[in-house]
Amino acid sequence: MNELLKLERTKKYFPVKGNRFLKAVDDVSFSVAAGGVFGLVGESGCGKSTLARLILGLMEPTGGEIFFDGMNVITATRHELSRIRRGLQIIFQDPLASLNPRKRIQDAVGESLLINDVVKRREIRDHVAHLLGKVGMDEDALGRYPHEFSGGQRQRICIARALAVNPKMIVADEAISSLDVSIQAQILNLLEDLRRDNGLAYVFISHNLLTVEHFSDTVAVMYLGKIVEMSATEELFNDPLHPYTEALLSAVPKPDVGKKGKRIILEGDVPSPVHIPPGCPFHTRCPKRFEPCDKEVPVYKEVKNQRWVSCHLWV
Amino acid sequence: MIQSLLSVEDLSISFASEIKSLNTVNEVSFKAADQDFLGIVGESGCGKTLTALAIMKLLPSNAISSGRILFEGKDILAYKDKDLQKIRGSKISMIFQEPMTSLNPVFTVGNQIAEVLITHQSMSAKEAINKTIELLKVVQIPSPELRVNDYPHQMSGGMRQRVMIAMAVACKPSLLIADEPTTALDVTIQAQILELLGSLQERNRMSLLFITHDLGIVAEYASRVMVMYAGRIVEKSPVQDMFINPRHPYTIGLLESLPGKKGAKLKPIPGQVPNTESLPSGCKFRTRCRYVIEECHLKEPSLKPAGNSEHLSRCIRAMEL
Repeated sequence: MNELLKLERTKKYFPVKGNRFLKAVDDVSFSVAAGGVFGLVGESGCGKSTLARLILGLMEPTGGEIFFDGMNVITATRHELSRIRRGLQIIFQDPLASLNPRKRIQDAVGESLLINDVVKRREIRDHVAHLLGKVGMDEDALGRYPHEFSGGQRQRICIARALAVNPKMIVADEAISSLDVSIQAQILNLLEDLRRDNGLAYVFISHNLLTVEHFSDTVAVMYLGKIVEMSATEELFNDPLHPYTEALLSAVPKPDVGKKGKRIILEGDVPSPVHIPPGCPFHTRCPKRFEPCDKEVPVYKEVKNQRWVSCHLWV
Repeated sequence: MIQSLLSVEDLSISFASEIKSLNTVNEVSFKAADQDFLGIVGESGCGKTLTALAIMKLLPSNAISSGRILFEGKDILAYKDKDLQKIRGSKISMIFQEPMTSLNPVFTVGNQIAEVLITHQSMSAKEAINKTIELLKVVQIPSPELRVNDYPHQMSGGMRQRVMIAMAVACKPSLLIADEPTTALDVTIQAQILELLGSLQERNRMSLLFITHDLGIVAEYASRVMVMYAGRIVEKSPVQDMFINPRHPYTIGLLESLPGKKGAKLKPIPGQVPNTESLPSGCKFRTRCRYVIEECHLKEPSLKPAGNSEHLSRCIRAMEL
């Protein structure tokens, strides 16, 4: 398999008061093929966004390895790093916060074209117009400022900017979460078209399970910094193995009437990542906990063909 | 006919600017019976929150409202402030999306819940605190005797929303308005809160007006639903009817925008919600509608029965859809 992105036992610990550590990302391993979509789901504070920053090389991991397109992201030389950044782009949740309010769209999108020597200065206008066309926007956006656009349009601009350097992969960190339903569908279709036409790969981070199911090939579920389950999308959604995945899926209200499924209501809140419970981190809320759960940490392993899970129920 | 608990009649809300007045809510009418679960769905800026605020008479001071809002037969819009305060928080309560901004950060949560009881039920401070602990138990906050002394920042988002709910139901209101109460929460916490609201509704026999953009929540919990677009109700019906037989192109578009099975291409609604300042002539949805015909440009359709008397749609082609 042609692996574009590969994480091996990646860790990120933040020191906090009292000689403790906040384990934001703990022993995370996965890989994404060229043109593939890797979905990452989990609740707030589970480490999704930290993971995104690690992948981009915006943060140094505490341990483990990250490879992009054959290059080691952590030990990359300056030259390699600029190649990685050209191949790997990110779009964030809030497009207004990621666009400079004082820059016109032509300059905001054109900046990375200039920095990366993609085109000559006099060709920028045409090139940006071409990029805007790709994301479904008119040329007259060129001279306007971010505040003149709606949320969905701004996210299109951010996508155009990410596309400027012709990347191989885009990390989308809750990229459609702040948009209205009808606009979410527009952006999701756009991302899908770009994948089909340009062979783009994605790491698609979201707490919205319905969109992840729709868009991803493989899905990983994170809980308190760890992947608790990973498998092909269809299998994970039709037959979740980990009790957390099961509860998460059952918690989503489904838009079909009369089909109110059995809902598993979890007890309590997600524990603080500074005080991760001993044994299985999920045992405090798990409806299926038994003897070993509060003592032994379950091993994350392949329990069926291509199905990875860390739970004592699966040995 | 029996008198409805809440009856909103031709509610319009506009904001006057120096140049012209902006119509943000336009002739909205609906009723809520006892123990009703009415869902209001729509995208940002469609006027759903303003409608809710009008019922509480909490609109910003530059808003101009017309129409009638009858609560237990009396017009709220004609109430004096003093009379309103007797109703607010006791007979009608409201919870909001962001519990952190709705709670006062410098008072303990116990203090804030007790205040409601002292004000509306003239309890003594001691009685009120005991009742508060009881309420925290009802909303399933663990060790309520201790948490009653917590400040809002010491609690998680889900717990804060539970506190808001405890405060809202303290005086057993007959109507609870919930404005996107679970939007800021994680899905497992959202499931907890929805379950709690459902059980409280039964227990206190209250009516729930639930504002959301999540069609899933409406499908599973509401008994009736109204869809708003550009300040207007475009479709109103019992929940089942709307999901099986949507009669307005906007509703159809919303339903088709939802991601389903993998591989199936989504059918988003093209374009974007028009600005309140520049709404199109005729039907307000026509610029994004795929069923548009000549007539749609001329006159705005009225909300008419489509199929049965309970199912209303604001579309001249409702019966063809």
